[in-house]
Amino acid sequence: MIWQQLLNGLTLGSTYALIALGYTMVYGIIQLINFAHGEIYMIGAFVGLFLVVNTGLNIGVALLGAMAFCMVLGMLVELIAYRPLRGRASRLSGIISAIGVSIFLSTLMVLIAQTNTRRYPDIINIQTFQVGDLQVSSLQIIILVVATLLMVGLQLLVQKTRVGKAMRACSQDLDAAYLMGINVNRIISFTFAIGSALAAAGGVMVGIYYNAVWPYMGTMAGLKAFAAAILGGIGSIPGAMIGGITLGVLEILGVAYLSSSYKDAIAFGILILVLIIRPQGIMGQKITKKV
Amino acid sequence: MAILQLEEITMEFGGLRALDVVDIEVKEQQIFGIIGPNGAGKTTLFNIITGIYLPTGGKVIFKDRLLNKMHAWDVARQGIGRTFQNIRLFNKLSVLDNVRVGSHGVSRSGFFGSILGLPGSRREEKTIMEKAEQLLDLVGLGDKKLEYAENLAYGEQRRLEIARAMALNPSLLLLDEPAAGMNSTEKMGLMDLIWRIRNEMQLTIILVEHDMNLVMNICEQIAVLDYGRKIADGPPEVVKNDERVIQSYLGAEA
Amino acid sequence: MDALISQYIDPYYLRILMLIGINIILALGLNLITGVTGQLSMGHAGFMSIGAYTSAIFSMQMGSPFFLSLLAGAMVAAFFGFLIGIPTLRLEGDYLAMVTIGFAEIIRVFFLNFEPGGKAVGLSGIPQNTTFVLVWTLVIIVIILNAKLLNSRIGRAFYAIRENEIAAEASGINSTRLKVLAFTAGSFLAGLGGGLYAHYMYFIRPQDFAFMKSIELLNMVVLGGMGSIPGTVLGSVILTLLPEMLRVVAEYRLMFYGALLVILMIFRPNGLLGDVRVYDLKKKLQGKKVGLWQSSN
Ligand SMILES: Nc1ncnc2c1ncn2[C@@H]1O[C@H](COP(=O)(O)OP(=O)(O)OP(=O)(O)O)[C@@H](O)[C@H]1O
Ligand SMILES: [Mg+2]
Repeated sequence: MIWQQLLNGLTLGSTYALIALGYTMVYGIIQLINFAHGEIYMIGAFVGLFLVVNTGLNIGVALLGAMAFCMVLGMLVELIAYRPLRGRASRLSGIISAIGVSIFLSTLMVLIAQTNTRRYPDIINIQTFQVGDLQVSSLQIIILVVATLLMVGLQLLVQKTRVGKAMRACSQDLDAAYLMGINVNRIISFTFAIGSALAAAGGVMVGIYYNAVWPYMGTMAGLKAFAAAILGGIGSIPGAMIGGITLGVLEILGVAYLSSSYKDAIAFGILILVLIIRPQGIMGQKITKKV
Repeated sequence: MAILQLEEITMEFGGLRALDVVDIEVKEQQIFGIIGPNGAGKTTLFNIITGIYLPTGGKVIFKDRLLNKMHAWDVARQGIGRTFQNIRLFNKLSVLDNVRVGSHGVSRSGFFGSILGLPGSRREEKTIMEKAEQLLDLVGLGDKKLEYAENLAYGEQRRLEIARAMALNPSLLLLDEPAAGMNSTEKMGLMDLIWRIRNEMQLTIILVEHDMNLVMNICEQIAVLDYGRKIADGPPEVVKNDERVIQSYLGAEA
Repeated sequence: MDALISQYIDPYYLRILMLIGINIILALGLNLITGVTGQLSMGHAGFMSIGAYTSAIFSMQMGSPFFLSLLAGAMVAAFFGFLIGIPTLRLEGDYLAMVTIGFAEIIRVFFLNFEPGGKAVGLSGIPQNTTFVLVWTLVIIVIILNAKLLNSRIGRAFYAIRENEIAAEASGINSTRLKVLAFTAGSFLAGLGGGLYAHYMYFIRPQDFAFMKSIELLNMVVLGGMGSIPGTVLGSVILTLLPEMLRVVAEYRLMFYGALLVILMIFRPNGLLGDVRVYDLKKKLQGKKVGLWQSSN
């Protein structure tokens, strides 16, 4: 029983992790809580659905399509709503602008798709395997594999490539990176693109897994992923992964063993406890601020 | 009489040893200089005295009290005022309000006294105001009272920081590179100001400064730091002629 | 007085005026926390809901007089603000934002499961004691006390913490203590506003106090101008009216609202009145006069 819960938690947690990565990468570079990120995830789920239903594309291709679409969307949002504020406004103005975008996108989606919940057609032949007491669905395997591949890919991108190096330089010190000749605007744009693509992948997979896509699905998922990013230590990529998975697992365990009516409170309760004990998050480092 | 004693102060950041067993003693009403090349640990020493950093080892004793584990606000209330190398003003407050905030540590009015305008807190407001105006006149900012602090010129901002620190009625004043960014006229004015503060208000002053002219002119005792170690300590004439100081610091400038 | 007012003012406008007043009280509370002291709180509606439910339950189930219910709501909200503030106000900026979001969500889920509060259905039949005169009298009192506070030693210390916490501590300001104070006072006003709201709306549900409500209140503070009382009042007025005025665009209403937030932040990043001071305006005016005089010479 506990193993089953752990597996379910891991599946949920890996989708939180995919969304949390976008929060953490953007935060790491421009210290903005991108509240529109949850909406990007929601739109990713819708685009995937649209592609599968209306063009009959294979789900894998639809996933890539949703990622590509959200890449562009994420870059657009940054260009229109955040870039004009950069350097001349307080961080709070950025947050309010992000909230504006979030309200805009979710109502836009309500207008396009109405508020009712939609479902992915039975595109994948979901099989369930029995491993001992454990029931493993092929969908869970796919989600875990895709999420792992994406995270490994991200890690390689950040650690091994030139762009990745530039991203790390920007997150260390934006001004210094600029002085070193890095095209900071391009790197920020790129970061939004990557983060949004990961969120879209999360959206499509959650849409299939829970068999539900609706315009407000981004709000709670976004908040929880943000909680996951902070739990792991915001700005840290491994932190976002660990935070997401921890949160997913604990949430499922909490529902299973405590109470399902408090489901949405569990994630936040854990977060608050962790922060009180360890203010910098699980993976965040404690630094003495330079004065 | 020593007002401040630093005993075997050590400070480590990760693997970096920014201060390495430093001993310093400052006498009452002295103008004490701390010099040394960039990264020597001067600002770090100020941050330790004022309770912003917790030293890895050693003791900070001020008027026979151990300050080590005190919070920064508590240290300030003991009577230690300071300025910052990278200016830290309350940018979106007026010049006058910056100085009035400076009196926080030596005033009492609480929440209810404030919102109800009780007589005690009104009286206190009046003294705070008079004090602030006096101090602004002293540092020559009397006619800029209502400007936003961020709109002042660089040299004015440095003087405003001094006025704000003085509002605390400190018995020890720490100045971190007060002359940085000033032209020579402004520097002359600053020297005069430091002298006057010390003489008229019987303060002890510790000064970190790169301008050797100013330091040698004004300080009665100087300690030299280099890579976190104290390599010399004495009156200006002695320090000026010290072999190691010339090698590691003065020599480089000449 | 109230009878007179309801005779001459159209019920629709009266309702809007009431909501404006209640929002001003709520937003002035948040302004203390976020605008003045610089501690980003995104869960103000949580404290509002504590005030709303507490006062409603006091009135309905304990038959307490209205003013006592209001006071109880505000006090309980303030107590929770204090309780949450102590361990969390050490956290830096955006971590605090997350904790406040989390706390408000926990409160919402709590009320969703809270038997005496009617669970998800909510409470209805709350006595409609909140009157126009009461709301606006309280608005005026709250504004006056706020102005006094911000003009005092404590108020200046709040601003100093927002502007530069390290320099504030170097001036002898115990920043943790004062942040908790600002948070407690702000939560008190949230609870007061919540109580007024409950006794005006007659009916409350947990979802009335969800994340979006906190965001709406935050928008009022930021839009008007962080830390400015006139700014916060203006922000509350505009953002209470805006959805009403956007009714003409019907279902596009929220979309416009979102887009307007972005546009406003781009063109007035410090809010409408955030950096406007009488002193600067006077100076500008004088500068112009001098200019004219010189050119005519
Ligand atoms: N919070 C911190 N974290 C890590 N390293 C620090 C921190 N504060 C200071 N250091 C390091 O400690 C050393 C001493 O720094 P400090 O600022 O005290 O030098 P300084 O003598 O004031 O130099 P300058 O003349 O440039 O102001 C430097 O190497 C600095 O990088
Ligand atoms: Mg220094």
